[in-house]
Amino acid sequence: MSARSIFARPARFAAVAPYLWMVLFFLVPFGFVLKISLSQTAIAQPPYVPLFNLTAGWDAIVAALKQLSLDNFRLLVSDNLYITSYLRSFVVAVTSTLILLLIGYPVAYGMARLPQRWQAFAMMLVIVPFWTSFLIRIYAWINILQHDGLLNKVLLALHLVATPVVWLSTDSAMYIGIVYSYLPFMILPLYATLVRMDPSQLEAAADLGASPRQAFWLVTFPLSLPGVGAGALLCFIPIVGEFVIPDLLAGSASMMIGQTLWLEFFANKDWPVASAVAVALLVLLVPPLLLYDRLQRRTLGGAG
Amino acid sequence: MTEESPDIDAPAALAGSAPPVDASADLPLLRIEGVGKKFGAFRAVDRLSLDIREGEFFALLGPSGCGKTTLLRMLAGFETPDEGRILLGGRDIAPMPPHQRPVNMMFQNYALFPHLSVRDNIAFGLRRAGMARAAIDIRVAEMVALVKLDGLEKRKPDQLSGGQKQRVALARALARRPQVLLLDEPLAALDKKLRESTQLELMALQRRLGMTFIIVTHDQEEAMTMANRIGVMDAGRLEQVATPRNLYEAPHSRWVAEFIGDVNLFDGEIASRDPHRLIVSTRDGGTIVVAEPRQPVGKTAVSIAIRPEKVKLSRRGPALDAIDSHAINRLEGVVTDVSYLGGLTVYQVKLDSGAMVRSSMANTVRIDIDAYSAGQRVVVWFTPDDCVVLEQ
Repeated sequence: MSARSIFARPARFAAVAPYLWMVLFFLVPFGFVLKISLSQTAIAQPPYVPLFNLTAGWDAIVAALKQLSLDNFRLLVSDNLYITSYLRSFVVAVTSTLILLLIGYPVAYGMARLPQRWQAFAMMLVIVPFWTSFLIRIYAWINILQHDGLLNKVLLALHLVATPVVWLSTDSAMYIGIVYSYLPFMILPLYATLVRMDPSQLEAAADLGASPRQAFWLVTFPLSLPGVGAGALLCFIPIVGEFVIPDLLAGSASMMIGQTLWLEFFANKDWPVASAVAVALLVLLVPPLLLYDRLQRRTLGGAG
Repeated sequence: MTEESPDIDAPAALAGSAPPVDASADLPLLRIEGVGKKFGAFRAVDRLSLDIREGEFFALLGPSGCGKTTLLRMLAGFETPDEGRILLGGRDIAPMPPHQRPVNMMFQNYALFPHLSVRDNIAFGLRRAGMARAAIDIRVAEMVALVKLDGLEKRKPDQLSGGQKQRVALARALARRPQVLLLDEPLAALDKKLRESTQLELMALQRRLGMTFIIVTHDQEEAMTMANRIGVMDAGRLEQVATPRNLYEAPHSRWVAEFIGDVNLFDGEIASRDPHRLIVSTRDGGTIVVAEPRQPVGKTAVSIAIRPEKVKLSRRGPALDAIDSHAINRLEGVVTDVSYLGGLTVYQVKLDSGAMVRSSMANTVRIDIDAYSAGQRVVVWFTPDDCVVLEQ
């Protein structure tokens, strides 16, 4: 009857739990990072100032607050290194996501149309790489892509190339690695939407004169857009911040933002700038998230 | 089994409710010829033949799994027959893919496109037909008015009630003006009141458009209400094709008699034949006099079917000479159970022979001081003309 009776204590806790999680494991750490990004680097332990000492009294805290500045963010927009890193990350993520969609959609579509008893098996094939450590799989790719690796041996044996191709330390190698690693994250949400699709809607489309191709573009594809959005976002966001794959497979000519961040942290020991890079990255990722949320709302909840 | 059932005796009295469709039309609009479909070893439709005339409202009625939906899906093109032909206006459409057939289907779950508005759902088929935009607008407006959806054109399907969705599905299927409209359990998702009013609307619509409707249903009341003719299916075959009245009053088989409505059945053997009368001695030792059916009965082992409303109860029996002259059947028994259903009361009577008989009587007066009660001894009687003889 009243909302209160539904929200008995356990239920109320369950409703609050996700927010608690957000506060504990996202908001609080983010607060730390944000604070460091506003600090200055120092040769000290930890390597930045000011430090807040809550026992030193009110005046000390105010003095520390006054030392915070946006200098690190000014550096980010004034130095080309950061801007090009951001841009490269963005370009790599967009390109990878498009390739993933082009490969993942047909695979997911095929899976959804398999006979029921084969679908679980196909799903396992998609997931099975996760049973091996991610790092080991990337090292395996180094092995495959190196000068006398498997790929070149196959290409030579098939007479597709005359001399071994240089794969390692190129963007091609990086894209191969990224697409390979993220394909399950694209396939699974696409499969989930495609398999739930009501087959009678395709029959209705055919009944109303749509050829199979028209039925796909007019019914199947628009109805799978939530899956496309989920898959694209699930790939795009982590790829933007990807560090391991470009570091191991791509050349050192240009860096993605994850690599720049690593450099600032571990090579330069400049925690404040590294934190600023991280904060800026997060802020840049908010617009696509909001866009996705709006799309999701429009396709799912047409009801107003 | 599949041929048209002959009109039963006294056609003048019976022709009332469902006017038979003009039988003089030379070639039927739709001819199903020896069509069969197997799923693995299961014979869903078994070499079935059926003619459906233009302008007819035809119902395929049967229990679930009888093959009626498979047959409808073969007409729509979603299943390909393993054998036989489907002639629509003389042309075999069996090998044709669904998007090229001049038939449309209204789906049981409506199968509306959730991402399209009501207007775009209705226009979907028209756009595929390459109709000009202005003509589409006119046709959509016409359809919206026809199914009374005015003002809802811009809504998405999930903003509609069940009844409104049903109307959109109907408008979408009608928009292309198909030669045959196929309806797969179109009212199953509606509640009882809405279903009854929609039945009447569908009938009026079909009459107004003069279109051929084929409806699949498992609800015999729905089929009897709406259809000119009903094809009763069981195990992939047509058990009987007849008008609703003939189906009820002159079933061809024991199965049809039991499937349509309620029935009392007595198994027995033909003992002797009077002029126009058969004397059947029943398995429980009684004797029932029945009218000689128009089609001669070959076997001697028969079942006598009599509908409960034709079984009368009384405190005293009819005059004895009527029994002696075989004008009436008279049995005696005890009422064991009384079910009051509002318009009707159904009495279970245990006959002295041990057999059970159901009798239903219309409650034509509000206060019935003469109503029978359980335990009461009664006379059960019915006329030979009200009995149907079925070969076992």
